[in-house]
Amino acid sequence: MSDSYPTIRLTVNGTNVAVQTPPMKRLLDVLREDLRLTGTKEGCGEGECGSCSVRMNGELVNSCLVPVLQAESANIQTVEGLAIDGELHPLQRAFLNCGGAQCGICTPGMLMAATQLLAVNPHPNMAEIREGLAGNLCRCTGFIRIFESVVAAAAGTALDSTEHAAHAR
Amino acid sequence: MSTSEITRIVGAPVLRKEGVDKLLGRARYVDDIQREGMWFGATVRSTIPRGLIRSIGFDRRIDWSELTVVTAADIPGKNHVHLIVADQPCLADGQVNHCDEPILLLAHPDKHKLRDAVSAVHIEYDPLPPVFTIEESERQDVIVWGADNLFKSFLLEKGDVDPVWSTAAHIVEGEYRTGAQEHLYIENNGMIAEWNAETGVTVWGSLQCPYYVHRSLLAVFDLPEDKVRVIQTETGGAFGGKEDYPSTLAAHAALLAFKSRHVVKMVYDRMEDLAATTKRHPSRVRHRTALDKDGKLLAMDIDLATDGGAYSTLSSTVLSRATLHSPGPYACPNVRVRAHSWATNTVPYGAFRGFGAPQAIFAVERHMDEIAATIGLDPVELRRRNFLHDGDTTATEQVMHDPVILDRLLDRALSESDYHARRTRFVLENQSNPIKRGLGIAAFYHGSGFTGSGERYLNSLAGVDVTPEGKLRVLVASTEFGQGTNTVLSQIAAEAVGIDYDDVIMAPPDTSIVPNSGPTVASRTTMVVGHLIERAGVQLLKMLHDHAGLGAHYTSEEFFAACERYRAEHGKVESLCRYEAPPGIYWDDKTYHGEAYPAYVWAVQVAQVAVDTATYSAEVEEFWSVQEVGRVLNPVLAGGQIEGGIAQAMGYALYEKVLLQNGHMANNQMTNYIMPTAEDVPPIHVFFEQIPFRYGGFGAKGIGELPHDGPAPAVLNAIRDATGIGFHAIPLLPEDLFQELATRQPLVETAAV
Repeated sequence: MSDSYPTIRLTVNGTNVAVQTPPMKRLLDVLREDLRLTGTKEGCGEGECGSCSVRMNGELVNSCLVPVLQAESANIQTVEGLAIDGELHPLQRAFLNCGGAQCGICTPGMLMAATQLLAVNPHPNMAEIREGLAGNLCRCTGFIRIFESVVAAAAGTALDSTEHAAHAR
Repeated sequence: MSTSEITRIVGAPVLRKEGVDKLLGRARYVDDIQREGMWFGATVRSTIPRGLIRSIGFDRRIDWSELTVVTAADIPGKNHVHLIVADQPCLADGQVNHCDEPILLLAHPDKHKLRDAVSAVHIEYDPLPPVFTIEESERQDVIVWGADNLFKSFLLEKGDVDPVWSTAAHIVEGEYRTGAQEHLYIENNGMIAEWNAETGVTVWGSLQCPYYVHRSLLAVFDLPEDKVRVIQTETGGAFGGKEDYPSTLAAHAALLAFKSRHVVKMVYDRMEDLAATTKRHPSRVRHRTALDKDGKLLAMDIDLATDGGAYSTLSSTVLSRATLHSPGPYACPNVRVRAHSWATNTVPYGAFRGFGAPQAIFAVERHMDEIAATIGLDPVELRRRNFLHDGDTTATEQVMHDPVILDRLLDRALSESDYHARRTRFVLENQSNPIKRGLGIAAFYHGSGFTGSGERYLNSLAGVDVTPEGKLRVLVASTEFGQGTNTVLSQIAAEAVGIDYDDVIMAPPDTSIVPNSGPTVASRTTMVVGHLIERAGVQLLKMLHDHAGLGAHYTSEEFFAACERYRAEHGKVESLCRYEAPPGIYWDDKTYHGEAYPAYVWAVQVAQVAVDTATYSAEVEEFWSVQEVGRVLNPVLAGGQIEGGIAQAMGYALYEKVLLQNGHMANNQMTNYIMPTAEDVPPIHVFFEQIPFRYGGFGAKGIGELPHDGPAPAVLNAIRDATGIGFHAIPLLPEDLFQELATRQPLVETAAV
């Protein structure tokens, strides 16, 4: 049955993958079901909560709103692509230290939004942090410690400048 | 163990135990679990609020032989959800009592086919008249539950209020209302179930209380205890919303697994979760208060009513907590509380952070400001003149033996917020500024742990063991859902035993492994279960000292070596402790007198709110919260609890409206049910005063619910301060502000001059 579906090629966390799948299948479901990358979560299915946020070609998208055909040839980064060789990414380290994650269900999406924010604006002020995370809902923390996490990560490290150049466009 | 001695791990901001898994995206929530050959389940729900089921038809466009269909007739045991009263069916049988009530269950190997199949089940009804409000229910023209629509009543009396009215200098009356609130955990409810003739039913799911689900499944399947196993998966937020509801969903998934002989996963999407699962009870509270000429309380007569929805679920215990919190943190010689919970034809209301207290405290703390305005006293001064102190008695005549430091909390809240200077400035600025600013205060307590005799009935068991791999393992059914159970109980265990935090692990939250340490609710885990873990740790050390040669001073290596000597001798290294009530706790359920709670936590909160008289939006600009919660065991986690609770309660006050149409939630999407975002939450300043409680885990009392109790009245009191108009109901949306301010605007301007 799946033979009749087109093959869609994309790059996920630096790895080239090809999936045979209905072209209108949500990128979220392709990541979670076809590629078994379950770090990306579904919270609302309508682009409100941001739990399914991933980076696509250097932009933050709600993967529940992206049909996988739109991701053809795209460069996708998910939460599984943040840590390198088991070393926590500076944002992950900051979220851990500052209490930016409680139940953890919004955390992958929040981390991707924060990664995007720091990629385009390595030293955001508080208003910019609030705006950068406004599309990601957290019900546990009241956001305060998430803001502190982003501040701490930004203070400790500017993100990799090559990544910044590649994605800031 | 003394709570004042120096500790190494308790009190330190150690890292969240399961934090790395969550940050790497590898923590496994229920929907992340795939099983070979797994089917998916869906629910066919009622579309009318009340009626008899006349017929159920199956559209021939579906090949029904591909599906498993479960009805009430397939239930092997009792068709009810086991909570307090056995009134709620697991699946409707002949009659429905609210919209979105489950009637039929479907399972299929392809989850994408289920939506179509659900729509192909046609149910016809003979409608019965529904009841939607407290007022309709208490009129009793239409009886929709029992003989009188009444789930529960309480009468709480201290002294005698009746003779007071004729001699009081002031009498102030007011009516206050609160709406339903949705938990809006970001992970929807979900469950996976497996049936096996040998081992019985196993469920994995997003839940707070493994043994509640366990007990419920025993009844539905009529199985012995060892044939039901409940395992909590990583849980993405709960707030009480996964206290009672998972008992229903687990039964549904298990019934489908039982009939289909496949593993079945049921995960709600957001619309189904919002429409079908429990919410916070709406309330109406009426206050009549007598004061002397100096503003001292003489009598409080309180009439409290909650809307319980279609089935009783936890309404009686929510009403109990509302009753006990309704007089606020004040000393008053004469108190009467008459409380009722009424049935209506909406989805049953259930547990939600605060559990009746936020409703009761909204009323009393708004009322205090109305009293202050009426008798011409400053709201701060009115509260100060009436605060409870050590040795005073509450409305249940519980003597406050432990220190009560409300004055200190108030002083600190005033100084940290620079209250008086700010308020003076706002009065001046408001004269010319179209944005009116104000400050509002709320003072309150929250009872930690189960009410009255509740902890005795729970009779919790918890402890530690040592694994052959050399880890100290915490044995509890108390679950982690973001609030920090894993971390704080591990800190307590490490501290009590004198080893490193990294040498402690949590046993899996699996009823076949861990003892019943009670439900993870009521701000009881750190205080009650934490104390059991502390005792179990001390008991383990004594075992090792007495029987395995552990010295007075030891390293981690020496500790685990002693454990292995003990294991060689006794087979296992395990230390369990059972709950023992603190001395002097006496509670009479009949008269509602005595020690309502073993301990209280206290807070004073200040909200700064700006009301834009052009757009009618109210914005919380800054917030201060000063609380005494016993000893703070982990400052990062404790602060996070306070901040998160305040944000959630700001939504309760200003944004979150459950809009019911014909008893169905019409705005069951995140698009139109609005919670605070990163742009809405103000700077929140959190301050702890610490007075260790000797019967709590290393001195801790409860934290989780307290912060949700105060923000709604504090915010509305600030709006009163800003505009001169006292609003009596939440949620208070811009359209509500518009309605009042647009008609009364000139009065505000005049008043300001």
